[in-house]
Amino acid sequence: MKQRPWLFLAPALILVSISAFIPLITVMNYSQLSLLPGSAPYFIGLENFQAILRDPAFTGALARQFLFSILVLITEIPLGLGLALCMPNEGVGVGVSLVLLGIPLLIPWNVVGIIWRVFTRSDIGVVPEVFSWMGMNYNISQFTADAWWTVLVMDIWHWTPLVILICFAGIQAIPQEYYMAAKIDRASPWKTFRYVTLPNLRGVLIIAVLLRLMDSFKIYAEPFVLTGGGPGSSTTFLSTYTSRMAIGGFQMGRGAATSLIYMFVVILLSFVIYIIMLNLGQGAGEE
Amino acid sequence: MKRQYYLVLFLVILAIPIYWMLNMSFKNNAEIIQRLTFYPHNFTFENYKEIITSEFWRSGYINSISMSIMNVVFVVIAAVPASYAFSRWDFRGDKHLFFWFLTNRMAPPAAFMVPFFILYSNLNLIDTYWAVALAHCLFNLPLAIWILEGFVSGIPKEIDEMAFIDGHSFVSFFWKIFLPLIAPGLGVAAFFAFMFSWVELLLARTLTNEAAQPITVTLTRSLGAGGWDWGVLAAAGVLCMVPGAIIVFLVRDLLATGFSMGRV
Repeated sequence: MKQRPWLFLAPALILVSISAFIPLITVMNYSQLSLLPGSAPYFIGLENFQAILRDPAFTGALARQFLFSILVLITEIPLGLGLALCMPNEGVGVGVSLVLLGIPLLIPWNVVGIIWRVFTRSDIGVVPEVFSWMGMNYNISQFTADAWWTVLVMDIWHWTPLVILICFAGIQAIPQEYYMAAKIDRASPWKTFRYVTLPNLRGVLIIAVLLRLMDSFKIYAEPFVLTGGGPGSSTTFLSTYTSRMAIGGFQMGRGAATSLIYMFVVILLSFVIYIIMLNLGQGAGEE
Repeated sequence: MKRQYYLVLFLVILAIPIYWMLNMSFKNNAEIIQRLTFYPHNFTFENYKEIITSEFWRSGYINSISMSIMNVVFVVIAAVPASYAFSRWDFRGDKHLFFWFLTNRMAPPAAFMVPFFILYSNLNLIDTYWAVALAHCLFNLPLAIWILEGFVSGIPKEIDEMAFIDGHSFVSFFWKIFLPLIAPGLGVAAFFAFMFSWVELLLARTLTNEAAQPITVTLTRSLGAGGWDWGVLAAAGVLCMVPGAIIVFLVRDLLATGFSMGRV
């Protein structure tokens, strides 16, 4: 019976081996090779990694990625939580809001890009027009700042609904007795939120934060369609850079090395955030 | 009552870009390019007709839905027993293994593009549903195990023990008692797997050529190649949103309850 857990894990392990483990080994193998087209591959050790870390295009993409993910987290999580608190508790409003909030989640990512592209393009979009009424110049294919905040607003538009849904379900699951007790103690709305709602939402908030962190770090299709990574390389994030290295680039070994560094960064970051959030929650529970 | 206005405001903001595309999809190209109109002045179904009558698009839909469902099946079959094992039993390395599974959710598909292509070429699976459905397990399986582990842990261990005392075999306990108890969890895990499989572009594009090409890939390929036909593009975008909207409507009750992931 000692083998029972492994029996239960077998299907998952088999699936993971062909969907993750074998590809990962391939990447590790490639990252150590020089793979130039037209010449035989040979072992070069860590040279690919050194070349990548010295490449300003990579460090630039990494820095932009960090900035983007941080901005995504600090806007989407509070906004989503706040709007979840604004949700009605009963009536038709609940169903209508849930369906409307669910729709953006199931729009294919490149279609999200297309929606925002036709919305913000200088020739056919409505956004540049509205800005010009206000006497402002807006052009996402020309101005870095415009491209940047448009990508950010697009992501907030796309993913805040997920945060709202997760938080709303979490709020619904908190036993009403807790709120009754808070009422009897004449707790202010803020104190009720701080000491009843927030601690009970720890579990769902960890999920929301980690999901948004992981997915914002992997963003690819939306900016690819909306801005193509430009103007210049101002909206080129890590996935865009990596996929360019992997297919467009002539050096597959470098692409593999980039992939490994990329993965290492995401895993490390998620782990750190996870630990921080677990401890934060624990502290709040004790107060 | 007043706070709900903020939500209404947000929902309106959510709808505006979608409305803009919907509006465009009913215009002809001349109207789209020449002037800014907030509703179609020359209302036309031509854009939709062009898409619906093409075999190319129809097969894209069928492919997309088929491979997403296939992915959901793989994910659920593998994730249910795995999450049970993680939740109920202590075994050597369980915490490490759980975290390792989760790291795959963090792995960027861009990093795995080339190795996937090589692996599935060797397995002769390129341009089949299998390739995409298996590749999407990279991020969907860990997520499903993570979600389900929460739901399983939310069910007291005593229920298992009671069932065994009552004389249930493990199999009958699993089917008759355990699975119905985690039904909302199964729904949420399946919803997430479907969602992330349905919307993904990068791996689907790398692993399909023509026969198994999903709708998202059809969209980028056919419209990226020959000039921008804005009206048709908008109509295609709208049609890509419809299946998702239908699914959300069908699972709306799940969204209200299941999304707490059994973790409150």
